[in-house]
Amino acid sequence: MSITLRNISKSYGPAKALNDISFNVEQGELFGLIGPDGAGKTTLFRILTTLLIQEEGEATVAGYDVITDYKAIRNHVGYMPGKFSLYQDLTVEENLNFFATIFDTTIDENYDLIKDIYVQIEPFKNRKAGKLSGGMKQKLALSCALIHKPKVLFLDEPTTGVDPVSRKEFWEMLKRLQQKNITILVSTPYMDEAELCDRIALITDGQILEINTPHSIIDAFPKKIYNVRASETYRLIQDLESYPNTHSAYPFGEYVHFTSRHSNFSPEDLMTFLKGKQHTGIEIFETIPTIEDTFMELSNTNTLATNA
Amino acid sequence: MKRFIGFIKKEFYHISRDKRSLFILFGMPIVQVLLFGFAITNEINKVDIAILDHSKDATTKEIINRIAASKYFSIKQFIHHETAIESAFKKGEVKAVLNFEKDFGKKMVTEDQATVQILADATDPNTANTISNYIRSILQTYTAEVNKNIQLAYQIEPKTHLAYNPTLKSVYMFVPGVMTVILMLVSAMMTSISITREKELGTMEVLLVSPLKPIQVIVGKVVPYVFLSIINAIIIVVLGIFVFQMPIQGNLFLLAAESVLFIINALSLGILISTIAATQQTAMMVSLMGLMLPVILLSGFIFPVSSMPTILQIISNIVPAKWFIIIIKGIMLKGVGLAYVWKETLILLGMTLFFIALSVKKYKIRLE
Repeated sequence: MSITLRNISKSYGPAKALNDISFNVEQGELFGLIGPDGAGKTTLFRILTTLLIQEEGEATVAGYDVITDYKAIRNHVGYMPGKFSLYQDLTVEENLNFFATIFDTTIDENYDLIKDIYVQIEPFKNRKAGKLSGGMKQKLALSCALIHKPKVLFLDEPTTGVDPVSRKEFWEMLKRLQQKNITILVSTPYMDEAELCDRIALITDGQILEINTPHSIIDAFPKKIYNVRASETYRLIQDLESYPNTHSAYPFGEYVHFTSRHSNFSPEDLMTFLKGKQHTGIEIFETIPTIEDTFMELSNTNTLATNA
Repeated sequence: MKRFIGFIKKEFYHISRDKRSLFILFGMPIVQVLLFGFAITNEINKVDIAILDHSKDATTKEIINRIAASKYFSIKQFIHHETAIESAFKKGEVKAVLNFEKDFGKKMVTEDQATVQILADATDPNTANTISNYIRSILQTYTAEVNKNIQLAYQIEPKTHLAYNPTLKSVYMFVPGVMTVILMLVSAMMTSISITREKELGTMEVLLVSPLKPIQVIVGKVVPYVFLSIINAIIIVVLGIFVFQMPIQGNLFLLAAESVLFIINALSLGILISTIAATQQTAMMVSLMGLMLPVILLSGFIFPVSSMPTILQIISNIVPAKWFIIIIKGIMLKGVGLAYVWKETLILLGMTLFFIALSVKKYKIRLE
């Protein structure tokens, strides 16, 4: 077991940032924490990287307790905070060299580990880190977090603010790192990235909604889901909310994802309803649920439960 | 050790690439020494005065000539009536007026006594005081010469010798003072800013999740600034010697060693500030307000500590700069050795160790 959490809670003043979180991450697993901003992902990372102390519960990383063995953990993990945290006035090479030195190693020693990533930024090795593009910054940050061959890698929203092509490359890199038996805990607000993880935990308001493989989470979606489209999207959502059969309706790309309260829902009935509301260009067809749908579904029921 | 050297190397990159800080680091001491040395001075030089001579005889003429010949005064105008004195002062044309009584020369011979009134513009009390003292001294010299051949029965003749600064040059006071202010400010402000910058940019988070020990980070931050501050101290001393002809009486090595001690003291204060301040802005404000004012006002740099109210005298004891000024004035001007300043040195050393211990203790190994 590479990472274990047991009943972790943490609050900032009256605000509960994490509430009774428990899960395990296996050795060599690519584990994703999926949730919106403010869900508690960063707090969780900071507890596991020994930067914050939890109020309740216990956690271990690579077999070391996060409170008592914090020094050992700091030798064996790589951490990439959400905010770009390298020295902007140092060049690419100087940054990498610095992080190698403070971990008592050299670039050459672990070059094979970072080679795939570093070759892409090596042409710019004399450029100041502050002058790199978002995608290149993240590649450099990942190289710096990897240079000492960590057992566990913590990546807090590594792809936020990065263009789609770089995001894709970044995830391919993570997949390759996983082959080298490095455990990776990664957080992201992007639901589409969730499907690339071995297992994911859906987290919101400091609570875990669900932990499973992305596939199982999608399969467990309890309802049929429909793509609905009309020429006026905003009015469409408003009207869908007033439709008596609606369970949920929220925008999803160019469509609105719609689920019904009843299992015997017929799209024709909705079509009639929308036509009655003077909508044009109406399309309704069934679609496959995604992680985001599950997330919305779970967080809705969760809010209902807490409000009740 | 390799980690530590790597850290120091990184610090030097930061410093050498931040042109603005470099400018403050080396521009400030030069500008301040020159400003204090040339502009702010208690000396008087070619002060404009006016003469109101009611007797116009050989004696007054002789005295007036002597005053005119001194480099301290220049006779701007002769006035002819008491009513003109006030208007001369009000116009600000003269800083002092000499009023010789009627029959000055005659009275001196017949009555053994003649009166001259010195009127000085005391809107600037220090200057007024200095002016009247200088004029008095010229008058005394004159009477002494006139009485040369007359044997008086009893007479006390004070002979003043101004030790260590015979010509009362104020630059002798300002060079040690400016050196203290600069070293304190530059060292404390620069380190506190450089540590809080790591917090602000988030790099501290990454440094914490690394095997670097707190003491390595702290000492690593301090070492580069020790070097730079030593260069600063050298610049100030060299400026003092070559621009202001200030003699260094004491041992240069002792001066250097004491300066290094004071620099480390200031740096440890800077670290202490950075453990409290979360942003570069706060660090700068705390350094400026919290250090600059006590260093200038309570260290004895400008205002003598001994003439302050008791409560301020007590407070001044916790200002490290006070002790350093005593030490370097002793070494620079009096040429004393460690035997005379060991007590002050020990106090500085104690303060330094205290600040370092406190900083290491307050250095957060986590984010909160």
